[in-house]
Amino acid sequence: MAFDSLTEKLGEVFKKLRGKGKVSESDVKEAMRLVKLALLEADVNFKVVKDFIAKATEKAIGSEVLESLTPAQQVIKIVNEQLTELMGKEAYKPVISPKPPTVYMLMGLQGAGKTTTCAKVAKYFIKQGKKPLLVACDIYRPAAIKQLQVVGQQVGADVFTLDEQKPAQISKQALDYAIKNNYDMVIIDTAGRLHIDEELMQELMDIKAEVNPTQVFLTLDSMTGQDAVNVAKSFDEQIGIDAAILTKLDGDTRGGAALSIRAVVGKPIVFCGMGEKLDNLELFHPDRMASRILGMGDVLTLIDKAQEAFDEKKARELEQKIRQQTFDLNDFLDQMQQMKNMGSMEQILSMMPGMNQKALKGVNVDEKQLARTEAIIKSMTMKERQRPDIINFSRRKRIAAGSGTSLTQVNALLKQFDQMQKMMKQFSNPKNLKKFKGLKLPF
Amino acid sequence: MGFFDRLKSGLKKTKEGFSDRVNTLFSAFTKIDEELFEELEELLIMADVGFETTERILDGLRANVKKKGITDPNLVKHELSDVICDILDENDNSMRIDTKPSVIVVVGVNGVGKTTTIGKMATYYTGIGKKVLLAAGDTFRAAAAEQLDIWAKRAECEIIKHNEGADPGAVIFDAVSAAKNRGADLVICDTAGRLHTKKNLMEELAKIIRIIDRELPGADKEILLVLDATTGQNAVQQAKLFDQSTGLTGLVLTKLDGTAKGGVVISLCNSQKIPVKFIGVGEQKDDLQPFVSQDFVAALFE
Repeated sequence: MAFDSLTEKLGEVFKKLRGKGKVSESDVKEAMRLVKLALLEADVNFKVVKDFIAKATEKAIGSEVLESLTPAQQVIKIVNEQLTELMGKEAYKPVISPKPPTVYMLMGLQGAGKTTTCAKVAKYFIKQGKKPLLVACDIYRPAAIKQLQVVGQQVGADVFTLDEQKPAQISKQALDYAIKNNYDMVIIDTAGRLHIDEELMQELMDIKAEVNPTQVFLTLDSMTGQDAVNVAKSFDEQIGIDAAILTKLDGDTRGGAALSIRAVVGKPIVFCGMGEKLDNLELFHPDRMASRILGMGDVLTLIDKAQEAFDEKKARELEQKIRQQTFDLNDFLDQMQQMKNMGSMEQILSMMPGMNQKALKGVNVDEKQLARTEAIIKSMTMKERQRPDIINFSRRKRIAAGSGTSLTQVNALLKQFDQMQKMMKQFSNPKNLKKFKGLKLPF
Repeated sequence: MGFFDRLKSGLKKTKEGFSDRVNTLFSAFTKIDEELFEELEELLIMADVGFETTERILDGLRANVKKKGITDPNLVKHELSDVICDILDENDNSMRIDTKPSVIVVVGVNGVGKTTTIGKMATYYTGIGKKVLLAAGDTFRAAAAEQLDIWAKRAECEIIKHNEGADPGAVIFDAVSAAKNRGADLVICDTAGRLHTKKNLMEELAKIIRIIDRELPGADKEILLVLDATTGQNAVQQAKLFDQSTGLTGLVLTKLDGTAKGGVVISLCNSQKIPVKFIGVGEQKDDLQPFVSQDFVAALFE
């Protein structure tokens, strides 16, 4: 299944839910099936997904959701909350040893990005005024030492190398060198290895025993699939890891591996690599990752904003009016003002699931137009707002003059409102919704 | 060691994880029911095959089981192999590099093993008597050209390289010219690892392809995407976007000697119609082999 269409599918199910006043147990199950799919496509481990879905379904079938006015949002919220809960809420911070130097050891599979990440970690701490020493322990890959020297120089960190020595000895001597020369941080780059390569895993144990690192980080490619769990588990069981660093997160991977590691190994993610440049390293924010894994934009923020802005009673009244088809220009104005409270239209639209750049292209959002519309409606009498059909030519002229707009603009608004009313008449029938996909918003 | 043995030994660990489970699974069932298919679904998804392709495989399997009236769960295993083989064989797996010179361009995201794969490929093709020339087109990553240089020495072939930060297009241009002058059979071009979402970097690749087309019109050209076997469903996006800017002709699956199954290639053959051409089953210089689906699937299940 294609990556982007899944986000859409999830959106579609929730749209279906949105169309209904209440959701049944089977609706929740259908939505959860798609959440399951989304998680699998995001490479979250199959067992973690199964467990997750069982728990989320149980929560979602509770009465709160079924009675809720906006069940779709509630379902998303429950899923998101549970994801965040599993991922941890606060960003994890790397531990600094009270007695310098702080020693970090990085390890991982081939090609995970250890050497680059070492330089990035060095840069991260140089910016905080620390003086790190990089240690080249990858004695196998051709030109790996050279690579560390080059990136070390680029970030302004010294690189410790030793020829014809075992990695454990190199690290030990590097540590002595660091203490003697007042480095307050030592970052050890190790060779990439398979977690099932006993000989090379023993080498890591030797390094660890020799230098007793403050923290051991597993460097993991964020595009890793189901195997992420095996890798993290093996490294943790054999060497012991304190946290993981996720690399290459600047691509479009959803990074489900982050969730699997958290759920199966119970270890946090400390940093994430966000680009090719050596200062593209960030602390990892679990809450942001939750919506990325679901592929839903910043849905939670949107929900929070919506709940702040929309007064529930007003929302009920609005729903009534739409159903009874008594929606007038007053309500329209009201709704517009509430929308304004939530932030700019672009901002809101960009937070909606399935609203990627492609979808946004067709929507014309003009903040000025919004203000103009407000002025026009405010220049109408109450009676005019309730019954727009009484607005004749002379009334139009007066409204245009009063709002500082032109006759054409008043006409355009009235026409759009008329279209909108027609649209609302069909609102109760979700089958008709598709027809309005390309319709320009009336404001 | 023969090819098949090498493949099997490289895949042994992969096989142990996967095949053991398959065998236990089949022997645990006394009849073919939905529960068996559900277990198979889990197995395939855990192998990174992806949901859609898993469904397709299981639908095919269900149909075959019904058509042939199979009732013994142990026979389902062979049917499963057949269905997967069919998907892998939908597209031609052979390399087309018959013109002199012909070109292989190796592309992929960071850290999948492009440079190592090229080193192994150079060894493979010099081994069968071709005159190979390497182009160090990764001018971005620190020490990438040095790494390729070491591989060129191991494979005993020539290499064209520029300084770090040079225009990769210029490196490729020089390599193609050198190949014409020196009468090389095959130019293998390395490129810098790049995420498929970076537009300008993908444009750079498109430019490299244009240079090759202009300088060697009519030459055979293989554009291979290197995929790390540990990669999950993001591989689908990678293949799509690399294909858009370069016109991929095949895949190389690396790092199959770990516990990852590389099942996503089945998904790619299914949805993107891009064949697998090589697989990497170890870290030695001759651990890269042409892909043969029957062997690949057989090594997984037998």
